[in-house]
Formats: sequence, C-alpha cells, structure tokens
Amino acid sequence: MLSLLAFIPAFPLLGFAILFVTAGLLPKRWITTIGVGSVGISAFLALIVMFAFLGAPQPYTKVVWTWIAVSSFTPHIGFYLDALSGLMMLVITFVSFLIHLYSAEFMSTDEGYNRYFAYMNLFVASMLVLVLADNLLFLYLGWEGVGLCSYLLIGFWYRDPANGLAARKAFIVTRVGDTAMAIGLFVLLTNLGTLDIQPLMQQAVVHWPVGSALPIAAAALLLGGALGKSAQLPLQTWLPDAMAGPTPVSALIHAATMVTAGVYLIARTHVLYDLAPPVQTAVAVIGALTLLLAGFSALNQTDLKRILAYSTISQIGYMFLALGVGAWSAAIFHFMTHAFFKALLFLSAGVVVQHLGEEHDIFRMGGLRQRLPLAFWSFLIGSISLAALPLIDAGFYSKDLILWEAWSDGALGPWLWAAGLFGALLTAIYIFRAVFVVFFGPVRLEPTGLTGWRIAIPLVVLSILALTGGFVEIPSYLGNVPAFSGLMRSALPGPRVAAAGSSLEIMLSVIAAVVAILGVCIAYIAFRRRPAFLEALVRSPSSLALQHFWETDWGFDWLYDRTLVRPFLWIARIDQGDVIDRFYSGLASLSRATYRQLSETETGRVRRYAAGITAGSIVLIAILVFA
Amino acid sequence: MSVVLMQHALFLAMVLFALGTIGVLMRRNLIVMLMSVEIMLNAAGLAFIAAGSRWGQADGQVMFILILALAAAEVAVGLALILRLYQRLGTLDADAADKMRG
Repeated sequence: MLSLLAFIPAFPLLGFAILFVTAGLLPKRWITTIGVGSVGISAFLALIVMFAFLGAPQPYTKVVWTWIAVSSFTPHIGFYLDALSGLMMLVITFVSFLIHLYSAEFMSTDEGYNRYFAYMNLFVASMLVLVLADNLLFLYLGWEGVGLCSYLLIGFWYRDPANGLAARKAFIVTRVGDTAMAIGLFVLLTNLGTLDIQPLMQQAVVHWPVGSALPIAAAALLLGGALGKSAQLPLQTWLPDAMAGPTPVSALIHAATMVTAGVYLIARTHVLYDLAPPVQTAVAVIGALTLLLAGFSALNQTDLKRILAYSTISQIGYMFLALGVGAWSAAIFHFMTHAFFKALLFLSAGVVVQHLGEEHDIFRMGGLRQRLPLAFWSFLIGSISLAALPLIDAGFYSKDLILWEAWSDGALGPWLWAAGLFGALLTAIYIFRAVFVVFFGPVRLEPTGLTGWRIAIPLVVLSILALTGGFVEIPSYLGNVPAFSGLMRSALPGPRVAAAGSSLEIMLSVIAAVVAILGVCIAYIAFRRRPAFLEALVRSPSSLALQHFWETDWGFDWLYDRTLVRPFLWIARIDQGDVIDRFYSGLASLSRATYRQLSETETGRVRRYAAGITAGSIVLIAILVFA
Repeated sequence: MSVVLMQHALFLAMVLFALGTIGVLMRRNLIVMLMSVEIMLNAAGLAFIAAGSRWGQADGQVMFILILALAAAEVAVGLALILRLYQRLGTLDADAADKMRG
C-alpha cells in the first residue's frame, strides 16, 4: 500500500500534461473530469497511504529512479513518508480537491478554463513533490514549481497589466528568498556531502557543534527561502498583491500550498535549527513581528480579499513563532487547522464577490446574511475558527497550543506570548469587522445568481473541518486527547517543556479565550452598534495618516520602491548603451556589411556562374597537378 | 594506337573542350550555349575513346556511349527550358534571365 506513494504527485502531473497538450481542444466535461479527478484520485490515494502508514508509523522511502549521478552526488527522484510529510500530503490533497471542485463551478464561464485547471494541477503536483521529496534538491524542484505556478495563476487574467505586475512581483520577491535557499543548499552539500534529508540531518548532528558558524549560516539561508515563500517579514509584500488571481487560486495559495512551504521546510530541517539557537530565536521574533504588523494592516483594509491575505501573513506568523520556540508539532497543527478555515474563508468570500459582480470593497457590501445564507454561515464559521473563539472550533486548540509553548520558552517567552495574545485580539477584531460590515446592516448591493452543489459541498465540508479539525489535539485539562502530537512525535521532537496540565496553562488559556471574545465585542461595538463613535475617533488627521500607513503595509512597498526598484531602474536607464552592447552591435553591423558585399556577386547571370565554376575547376586541377 | 596518335587525339580534345568552354562563357544566345556544351561533352568523349584505344580497354567506349545518352537527355531538358524561357521573355539572351539577382 505504501508503494502507492509515488503515484500521489504523479496523478496531478498527468492531469497537467493532458490538459497542457490538448490545449482546450477537449470537451469541457472532460476538462473538468481530468482537472478535478486527478486531484481527487490523489486525495484518495493519500488517504489509503496514510491508513497504511498509521498501522505502522515507520518512515518509508520510495526511490523511483536516480535523477543525476555525478560521482558521489546522486540525488534521487525519491519520496519520503513520515508523520510530518504524510500529514502535509493529506491536507494538501484533500483541501486542493475541495478547491478544485469549487473551481469547476466558479470558473465555469471563464474562457481560460482549460489553462486554469492545467496550472492548478501543476501547482498541486509541485507542492506534493515539495513535501514528499526525500532530498533537498528534489524539494527545491517542487519549491520552484510552486513559485512558477503562483506566477502563472496570479497573472491568470493577463489582459489587465496590473495582474501581470502582481504576478511578477510575487515571482521576483520570492526569488530573493529562493536565491538564499539555493546558496544554503550549496553550503550543506559542500560541507556535508549529501542532500538526502535524513542522512544530512544525521551528519549535521555528528559534525557540527551547537551554535557553530556553519549550521547558523545554513539555517539562516534556508530561513531566507522560507521567509520569501511564506511571506514573512521582510519579504511579505508580494502576498496582498497576489489577490489579483481568481479567488480559488488565493484559497489554494493561502490554505494548502505555497505559503506553508516555508513552515514545512523549517520543520523538515528542524535539526539545523536546533543546532543554531540564534537563528531559531530569529524565527520566533520574525513570526511575532509579522503577526502583529499584518494584524494592524488587516485592520485597515477595505478589500475583502486583502483582509484575508493579511490574515494569512499573520497566521503564518503564528506558525513561525511556534517553530521558533521549538513547538514543532504545534506549528504543523496550526498549519492544518489554518488550511481548513482559510480555505473556507476564501471560498466563501469568493461566493460573495462573485454574486456581487466582482465587488471587493466591504463598505459597499452589507446585509448579506439573509441573501447569501450559505456564504454567511461558512464565512462565520471560518471567522470563528480564525479568531480562535474558545472550545467550539479548530483554531482555538492550535493557537492555544502555540501560545502556551511560546510562554514556556525561556526569558523571551512571555514577550512572544504577549505578542501572540495581542495578535489574537487584532485577529478577532479585523475578521469580525469584515463579518459585521459584509453580512449585517442594510443591503447595499443586491446579490445575483445561484450557488450550485459544486460550490456548496466544499463549503460544507470545510465548515465541518474548521469546527472539528482541532479535536485531534485537546489539552490535558479539557479531556486530554494527544493524538496529533503523539503522531508527530515520530517525526519531530516534542516540546522542550513538559506541558503538564498546570493551573498556569489553564489561566493562560482562559486569558486567550477572553481576549478573543473581547475582540469580537470590540468589533461588534465599533462596526455594528456604535459606528458613529468610531467615525469620530478616526476622523482626526493623525489617525488618518496612521490608518494609511497601516493600510499600505507599514510602508514596505514604498521603502522597497525607493531603495531597490528606483535605483535599479535609474542604473538601467543610464546604462542603456553599455560597452558590452557596443561589441555585439559592432559584430552585427560587420556581418551586415559583409552580407552586402557578397550579395553583389549574385548577378543572376548564368554565364557568370559558369565562369565561376570554370575558374574554380581550373584552380583545383592546378593544385592537384602542381602540388 | 600509338602514343603519338593518342597525344594528337588528346590535344584535339583539349582544343575542342576549350572552344566549348569559351562558347558557353562568351556567347549570350542560349541555343549556341547549349551547342557549346555539346562540344565540351564530345571533347570529353573523344578523350575517353582515345584512352580506351591506347590501352585496348572497352571501358572508354562504354563511357562514350554513356556520354551520348547523357547528352541526348540533356538536350531534351535543355531545349524544353529554352523554349519556356523564350515564351516567357521573348528573347534568347541568357543575360535577360537574371531575376535571381541578389
């Protein structure tokens, strides 16, 4: 059963190949069947493989063939299954399948239907390669494939230049991180002689003492790659613009693929981070800063999808925070619950946006509670889970675990905990601001159109998962179900402190729960009960300036534009006719002149040609005779 | 055939070949150019005959028959081309057909 592992990425890849080669010539029915079915089959296979794996949770490696063989450097096309990659695989295939099913209806009137499913299948295949690869080079292939597909899908509606710009921005900004990661791979290869992940980790422990320079360099460079892909400070600027793509693409990028790649990479190479404590601390601090910054930005967005984009940055910040304090399984747990509720939020937001005729501004929406009940309930459930309201949803259990383990992390712990707690308050405020503005109050735009079963099923399934997905890991004081962390322990080290069911843990949980509820209340008062109060507060000029500052992502875009983009364009402009170009244009004009000379001999007169042949023959014979 | 006789024959072949070549290169009339080519072919044929006779080999005559057949085919194709050119250009001047000038 486990040997089916290699087929899991193969099916979406096959789907991509068929759709790509036929280029839309197939009937639409077939395109849907191939596009959705390939991911469905791979989700089914993932389920079978995981059942077989859970029977005997031993790491399993399936080498399909040798990719490159250069003396001792022989990376394989090989797949590695353990609790970590298995869980990622299951979540990715399952959530992707639901998103594909949703897309079958959502994109049904789009002229690029075939192209869309081809890219989506390639995206899923790349992401599966990324999480299942048994060596870092193969992982890097998936890593770059994910980057490519995000570029293609963000710029999917390529006729609008703004979308192309957003796509290029995503590609170039993540490329900064990818370059750092490639250098990191070279550091690992030259120093440890292999890129196969498991031997590499064993070698690293043997050869590198804790805190020495090489593991710090390697971990920092890999972290660079992770920051780019996961949109963390300071490379987060691409993600809000990535909303230019179709909404299901945003769901796929944010929930199942792409942005969680960085989290996976750090968890996969956690041994390196254990060897490099300063880098690990940096991971935690970056995570904490990012979740706060993105929280403030989300609070001031008026575009529904951009609110969700900043909330993704913020939630990935929680995962980085967890990784940074060594709460490996908590980070992966939050990845799983986040995949459920973020996919749900994006898909229900997609329904809202589509029914209002591509209207993104939340202040032009309102009162959709009765008009779009399905979208309302799924968005509400997603918001509850995102805001981590206590007990009833998945997000609470994962966020609670992260906060508790952050608290327990030495001297810095309480600060990280406080950042996470404040972030939770912001999360509850900004997401319920969206809920109250979009779904309550007077109807401002009348929705049109009907919702079909292919959109309804993913919403219902994801709603159930967003509520119940957290019950696989319940803290000891509430019933003690350690199923998730028990499974993860076979792949990742447990928390550094024994998380006993102390009164402290209960107290911190209660504080977090109260803060989340407080956030919802603030949102209720400010955006539902007393909008006038808020109006008066935000009218002052300094407050408007601050709002603008937060809305534009703390000026990061402005900063990068001034320090990087403009100087680069300036240099490009003054260096238009550079020296090297002179050489090549000289070469071109030389060959053009020679061509003119030679074409003079082409008179078109047969006697000239005959004379040429005669003269040539005479010369040849003369050489033969006299030489 | 004696050596001297063969030298004479080869000298004649050379003169004929040179005349033919000059005819092709100097004359502009297509018919004359074709005839000049025939002269060159016959010069080559004469050289074969002379050499075959000198060494008592049949090969020389075989080659001459081959050249005859070749010349016949060449004239058929050549005359057809000349006819088409004449219909198209209204002249037999070879230099008038210079559409392929570079």
